[in-house]
Amino acid sequence: MIRDTPLPDTATGRSNLRVPVLGTVYRWIRRYPVLPVMIAVGLAIMAIFAPWVAPAHPLESDLDFIAHPPVWMEDGTFDYILGADKIGRDLLSRIIHGSRISLSVAFIVIICGSLIGSAIGIASGMAGGLWDEIAMRIVDLVYATPFLLIALVAAVVFGTSFQLVLTLLTIFSWPIFARQTRGLTLQLKNMDYVASARVNSASQFRIAFRHIMPGVFNTVVVIATLQIGSLILTESVLSYLGVGIPAPQPAWGSMVADGREFITTAWWVPVMPGAAIFLTVFAFNFIGDWLRDYLDPRLRQIH
Amino acid sequence: MAAVMVGISMIVFGLSRLTGDPRLLYMTQGTRWSQEVWDARGRELGLDKPMVVQYLVWAGNAIQGDFGDSLWHKRNSLRIIIEKLPATLQLSGISYLMAVALGVILGTISAVTRGTLVDIAVRSFALIGQAAPPFWLALILIFFFAVYLDILPTSRRGDWTHFVLPATTLAWLGSAGLARLTRSSLLEVLDSEYIKLARAKGVSTNKVILKHALKNALIAPLTVAAILLASFLSGTVVVETVFAWPGLGRLAVDATKNNDFPLITGITVIFAGLFLISSLLADLLYAYIDPRIRIYDS
Repeated sequence: MIRDTPLPDTATGRSNLRVPVLGTVYRWIRRYPVLPVMIAVGLAIMAIFAPWVAPAHPLESDLDFIAHPPVWMEDGTFDYILGADKIGRDLLSRIIHGSRISLSVAFIVIICGSLIGSAIGIASGMAGGLWDEIAMRIVDLVYATPFLLIALVAAVVFGTSFQLVLTLLTIFSWPIFARQTRGLTLQLKNMDYVASARVNSASQFRIAFRHIMPGVFNTVVVIATLQIGSLILTESVLSYLGVGIPAPQPAWGSMVADGREFITTAWWVPVMPGAAIFLTVFAFNFIGDWLRDYLDPRLRQIH
Repeated sequence: MAAVMVGISMIVFGLSRLTGDPRLLYMTQGTRWSQEVWDARGRELGLDKPMVVQYLVWAGNAIQGDFGDSLWHKRNSLRIIIEKLPATLQLSGISYLMAVALGVILGTISAVTRGTLVDIAVRSFALIGQAAPPFWLALILIFFFAVYLDILPTSRRGDWTHFVLPATTLAWLGSAGLARLTRSSLLEVLDSEYIKLARAKGVSTNKVILKHALKNALIAPLTVAAILLASFLSGTVVVETVFAWPGLGRLAVDATKNNDFPLITGITVIFAGLFLISSLLADLLYAYIDPRIRIYDS
């Protein structure tokens, strides 16, 4: 930390003492994902307190304000800060309410997926033999299945719903956890400390919970964070194609799809919700990358 | 391979039997069948027999290319699929080659110019490609090039200018991860001893990078590139929808909107087959790139 000590700047002859705050802030931004974490926290607050944060009701339309421009453009008003959509609903309010959908889908799926996946991964790594073989073949099968097409078939069969999106995404999100935790379990279970636990007559369950799980925890957290971004993207793609969250729920993907034809006349209608997806995914990817380098650099190959 | 195909066909078949009477899925909405037709269809699908027999009936038809007539187009689903297939293969093939070339070249440039503005530009390009939703990126490209600059067509198929925007969208998204991976693995290799030796011998920088470093550094990115091939096929679904590209992906989305169950199952099975072929190609490519993993008959 030699650089932290204030030295007189040779070029100007002035002391750097006056603005140590700026330097510290800069170093923080370089070292930690400050901005992405701020975006993520802001989103979480937005999602939790949506009805209080949003300036208007997300489903309330005013046909006098169809595709009304955002505030910084000509004719823009503060009633419609980001403009209005094709039936005069406030875009900002819809985006704020949409964050509820995106984030809740991503978090529910990631929690279910990581729990199921790591349970299966640890179990098959511990058990070995036939069970291991079967579990890994199922993982291969899920990897080889074209997710989007299955989602389309499922939408035809069951009709679109929130639950369907959750189920589909969970089914396709656990294998990556299973594969990674299984590999780690195979490594860990041959370690000396596990052998000594076994000598001390620890049961398989005890070994799995007390000795293997702490070892895979970091990996699971890193993969989960890295997956959140792609889950939000996948959910938005489903909603965009009309097989995700059913209307009139303000899902970001379906908002873009709704405003598609406005791209030539009122670009903000489709672009604003898309920008929300982009910023969110960007923030989570960044946090995930940082967390991976910090906790588990071996995972570089993923993503 | 074959086992995976059977697995996927079982999933698709299973979906059709999960809700109520599968005959409803083969009926155009709003029409009614007479009791006789209803019973005849039931016998045809083997509904009076156990599930295993029903599956075999379905799979037997599917192998012969009969997924049932499309409810919307009123003709054989496979015919329609084969008509649309070339458009999809063309688009995904071109954009895949673009993505691999772009990813490797940009990754190399960014590793070589590490820390400069060029490096930062490439890394931002990659970060945007990883975080942008495909349909949104497509719309922004449409807005900029087709509406604002008005130099490229917005949609549909035609001469080569129609390829530019959809292929760029797909290539951008595909090359993002590749560029990042190339960059990090090239940086790692450039740090190794044999590179230092080559430099110490007086080999020129260009030669060190192109002949010595890249050969080793490209193994990881090309493995990922091989896996990427499959994801390009599903990537086309979204991009085809945005650009009104008359391919399989768009057909699938339209079939979903029309509740056209026979057609959508046909497309899914065909896509799964393409998926498998591309992963087989990936394995072969991998063995070609990295001879260490080749399996020899002893």
